[in-house]
Amino acid sequence: MTPLPLPDRPDIYYIVAAFLLAIGIFGLLRRRTLIGMLISGELIFSAASLNLMAFNRFRAPDPAVGQIFVLFIMGLAAAEIAIALSIIIAVYRNYRSIKTRELSELNG
Amino acid sequence: MPSFPASQMIVGGIFLLCIATTVVGALIAALTARIIRSVCGLAICCIGLAGLYYFLHSPFLALMEILIYVGAVCVTIVFAVMLAEPDEPVRDENRGSTLLWGGFALVISAAIFWGLWRLGAQQDWTAPVTRVSDGSVAAIGKSLLTTYSMAFELISLALLVAIIGALAVARTGRTKP
Repeated sequence: MTPLPLPDRPDIYYIVAAFLLAIGIFGLLRRRTLIGMLISGELIFSAASLNLMAFNRFRAPDPAVGQIFVLFIMGLAAAEIAIALSIIIAVYRNYRSIKTRELSELNG
Repeated sequence: MPSFPASQMIVGGIFLLCIATTVVGALIAALTARIIRSVCGLAICCIGLAGLYYFLHSPFLALMEILIYVGAVCVTIVFAVMLAEPDEPVRDENRGSTLLWGGFALVISAAIFWGLWRLGAQQDWTAPVTRVSDGSVAAIGKSLLTTYSMAFELISLALLVAIIGALAVARTGRTKP
């Protein structure tokens, strides 16, 4: 049995998606500004989308379902970015900083 | 059998290029100190992801990925970077706890990556499935307007609320001229 060509092997997509999730969580824990954490969150969204698309291509009976799901993820990510960036700009207006260390007013 | 003998190899090379673009973009997005470079890394990562979507038989989503992420999300983040000047703080304050926290994050993410790698590589994912549709753009459109019309309308409502909310939130606190 000849090995499958690279683009037809599902495990490669799963490993890339796992890498994106891991690097997104790493960035989310390590970043110290709000915008940096937002970018890491986008990486996690991308990992979820890639994983869904890979399962959709190789395992799903109806290949339209996963594509629609990923389209909804993209729409919600766009909405989330709009809200989060407006909140970040409002925070910057009030505190003149978006570093997470300085936004500690609720810290007991 | 492909008509051109090296075509399989060229396709494999382009696939590896897409994976490398995705991985390098994600690394740039997570590891650089300046936020503006991080945004550029996110854009590079999304271009690689669009290539991967193309290899997953979905050129429509590849187009949407570039349109929404590179064209809208990254540009919006660049606007926020211009408005808020979010430079990472210099590493003067207690280096020890910073290093400890970085090591903690590294351990957590490496554990997640290793576990998912094992899970993904151990299984045999090659079992064939029976298809009920071809997954073309026409099939997506039909499903969006029949089976998923409720979710479609709800997501348009969510986008509308998000836009109005973003305008309202960004407006407060602004000094009147």
